[in-house]
Amino acid sequence: MNHAMSANSVSDLHQVSDRLAHNAMRHVSERVIEMLLFAAAAVSVLTTVGIVYVLVSESIHFFQNVPIVDFLTDTQWTPLFDDAHYGIMVLISGTLVSSGVALAVAIPMGTVIAIYLSEFANPKVREVAKPVLELLGGIPTIVFGYFALLIVTPLLQTIFPELPGFSLLSAGLVMGIMIVPYIASLSEDAMRAVPMSMREGSYAMGATKLYTAIHVVVPAAISGLAASYILGISRAVGETMILAVAAGMQPNLTWNPMEPAATITSYIVQVALGDLPHGSIGYQTIFAAGLTLLLITLMFNIAGQWLRRRYREAY
Amino acid sequence: MQPMTTEQIRVLIARGKMKDTIFQALGIICLAIGLLVIFLLVGDMLMRGLDRLNIEFFTEFASRRAHQSGILSAWVGTILVMFVTAMAAVPLGVAAGIYLEEYAKRNWVTDIIEINITNLAAVPSIVYGLLALGIFVYTFGFGQSILSAGLTLALLILPIVIVSTREAIRSIPAMIREGSMAVGATRWQTCRYHIIPYAMPGILTGVIIGLARAIGETAPIITIGALTFIAFLPPVPFTATGADGVSAGLFDWVMSPFTVMSIQIFNWTSRPDPAFEINAAAAGFVLMGMVLSMNAIAIYLRYRMRKNIKW
Amino acid sequence: MQTHDKPQLKAEARNLNFYYGEAKALKNINMPIYDKKVTALIGPSGCGKSTYLRSFNRMHDLYPGNRYEGEIRFFPDNTNLLSSDVDPIEVRMRVGMVFQKPNPFPKTIYENVAYGLRVRGEKNKRVLDEKVETALRGAAIWEEVKDRLQELAPNLSGGQQQRLCIARALATDPELLLFDEPTSALDPIATGAIEELVHELKKRVTILIVTHNMQQAARVSDYTAYMYLGEMIEFGKTDEIFIKPQDKRTEDYITGRMG
Repeated sequence: MNHAMSANSVSDLHQVSDRLAHNAMRHVSERVIEMLLFAAAAVSVLTTVGIVYVLVSESIHFFQNVPIVDFLTDTQWTPLFDDAHYGIMVLISGTLVSSGVALAVAIPMGTVIAIYLSEFANPKVREVAKPVLELLGGIPTIVFGYFALLIVTPLLQTIFPELPGFSLLSAGLVMGIMIVPYIASLSEDAMRAVPMSMREGSYAMGATKLYTAIHVVVPAAISGLAASYILGISRAVGETMILAVAAGMQPNLTWNPMEPAATITSYIVQVALGDLPHGSIGYQTIFAAGLTLLLITLMFNIAGQWLRRRYREAY
Repeated sequence: MQPMTTEQIRVLIARGKMKDTIFQALGIICLAIGLLVIFLLVGDMLMRGLDRLNIEFFTEFASRRAHQSGILSAWVGTILVMFVTAMAAVPLGVAAGIYLEEYAKRNWVTDIIEINITNLAAVPSIVYGLLALGIFVYTFGFGQSILSAGLTLALLILPIVIVSTREAIRSIPAMIREGSMAVGATRWQTCRYHIIPYAMPGILTGVIIGLARAIGETAPIITIGALTFIAFLPPVPFTATGADGVSAGLFDWVMSPFTVMSIQIFNWTSRPDPAFEINAAAAGFVLMGMVLSMNAIAIYLRYRMRKNIKW
Repeated sequence: MQTHDKPQLKAEARNLNFYYGEAKALKNINMPIYDKKVTALIGPSGCGKSTYLRSFNRMHDLYPGNRYEGEIRFFPDNTNLLSSDVDPIEVRMRVGMVFQKPNPFPKTIYENVAYGLRVRGEKNKRVLDEKVETALRGAAIWEEVKDRLQELAPNLSGGQQQRLCIARALATDPELLLFDEPTSALDPIATGAIEELVHELKKRVTILIVTHNMQQAARVSDYTAYMYLGEMIEFGKTDEIFIKPQDKRTEDYITGRMG
């Protein structure tokens, strides 16, 4: 009896140690899996590091040849000519003008749609409108470029006969349409997050829907709206193909949307289409341009973060 | 202020309601403009490109003669690039999403990763092209290949996949997790057998939306130096490639030069000869078809999901 | 002088039914609201007291699928507040409301109180200043905020926010003021302040207040109605309801046997 029991417990012990070994294995494999998953999450950080490294290191080579003062103050951009000039303002002007046109379309339209969908539309309309907006936002930018060049420009030319075949105006307007869904959808989310009790407070005072929307819901959602506008600005500044197709690619220091002009992005495309040797100064210009672009987007995003912190949701 | 008479109040209300109505009309007009753009765009490309939308258009390479040009190399290139993109972005994005939702501790490392993902979404796509040009093309020596393009687009859509994975996981109630852990499952077993399967439809939706975004991207691929005129296909595995009769390996195609739909369209729209506009329209229509159907699938999936879920 | 006369009617519910879609939430309610008195609505949660209260300013019109039957007559003009000819906005211009949770707008203290006046098209700065001060004094919060009128209202404490919301409602001189459990989100001291205020306010305005705190009803109200499962079980002078209720169900609730 006693014997049997001890034999039994020996085999029990055996089992237990087996199980413990198994557990240890399990523990090791859990750790390995966690490390792998962490590595995957770290890829996004590596991407950022890579972006900064590539842009900065190539730009350093560039600025060894081109004084940074010239880069910021020169009024010509002719890096591929014998008489090379590197005035980034030329490209920045194109970028800012086209973005300005785009935002002049996208911010009002996007906000109106957001207010309409969140405060006025019945659920059925919303159910249809949201996918439509999503489809609009999903249209490839190259197709929008085609739209700007072959449909919008001829249409605008019937109103402004002197409008050239390539213009910042036409590209900017279409960029605006492209950005509308981003602004509309993010703003609507922000406004729908405003608690119903806030609206009821306004309605109980005898306010109409529009009055409530403008005086209560919009101020309450202002930081979300600001975030959507900042995203819109980032999209506009970084947009490439619409401009490359419809705005022409010749560098032109102008503040007039009726003219053709290159932007930072369309310049990069133009150089990439050519065959510039790796390491040449022409090759380095696109990284300097890219760095400028990234800094501009970063600037707007920091401004946006600051605004958000300043006007935090009060509810 | 004198108390208002009923008449005055009624006038005030009528005026307010008029403004409501006007604004409502404005909202509908703005939405209609969006819808109109889609119809105008698809309609115009269909009308213009109708002549070229035949079998030959899909089976011919690009050519100097507009009416003989086709999109064979472009659509094959697009599919292959998308394949590489999906192969890279899906495992990475899903793994990162799982890590952040199920494993990550609240500390500064996690904070950095999260802030970083948010900020990457605002980085212009052409900047990814510059990254790829510097790293994939020259540092890693992948050259101007399908591999470089696929990885570039994978990095570009990674934030979309991560965010949708996280949202899908977050919508799974804690009791599922607790139930699994309570019967002794490890964290990974819980993920593997419970979290991932339940989150699958949401993840899938995010992946499709990400790929739909990638399929239309042009700028980063042009930046890495994809060619705009390609009159051959990447080597098919185990078939003889050139005159030397050596068989291509299983993965030789990933290092092949290529073109994609969007670059083909860009090439045709930037030619002065208007005959190529017709090709651009036809190719644009095909690309729109691909993108819109992917988006439609995603929208449908999400709709189904919302209907089916009842925890 | 006021106590002996039969008090005047300010409003009266007549055969009032209310439906959330298919569900019937109020069943054939008949009840008077007396002018310049405080009427309390009590009953267990889900009994329909808030639903009933929100009928007086047509709050239910904001959501689709809601339906009223019957009438709420409003005096002295004998208007049916629920009539489809009467615009809900017109009703809300006469009937003010204070909510369960303080809901100040994300604006300055001044603009919160001036809100209703601006809705009514008032632009004169002097009139606004005067009305804002009067309303803030009326809500017993003037002394606390008079030096910080341009600060954001959501920065106030919960009790202050609620008194601000009362000031906001008072600024437009409503004829009837609805309170929907106004102290349920407040601490006892803030609650005391609000109760005192209600007592003060009934000199100027008729008050209908929902509460699930019976002591509160007993402290502040002149009349009390007990509701249960969408029905008006009993209505009467507060003393009478609490001292000798006529209905067994009222008695059960008041003595704590149910609720």
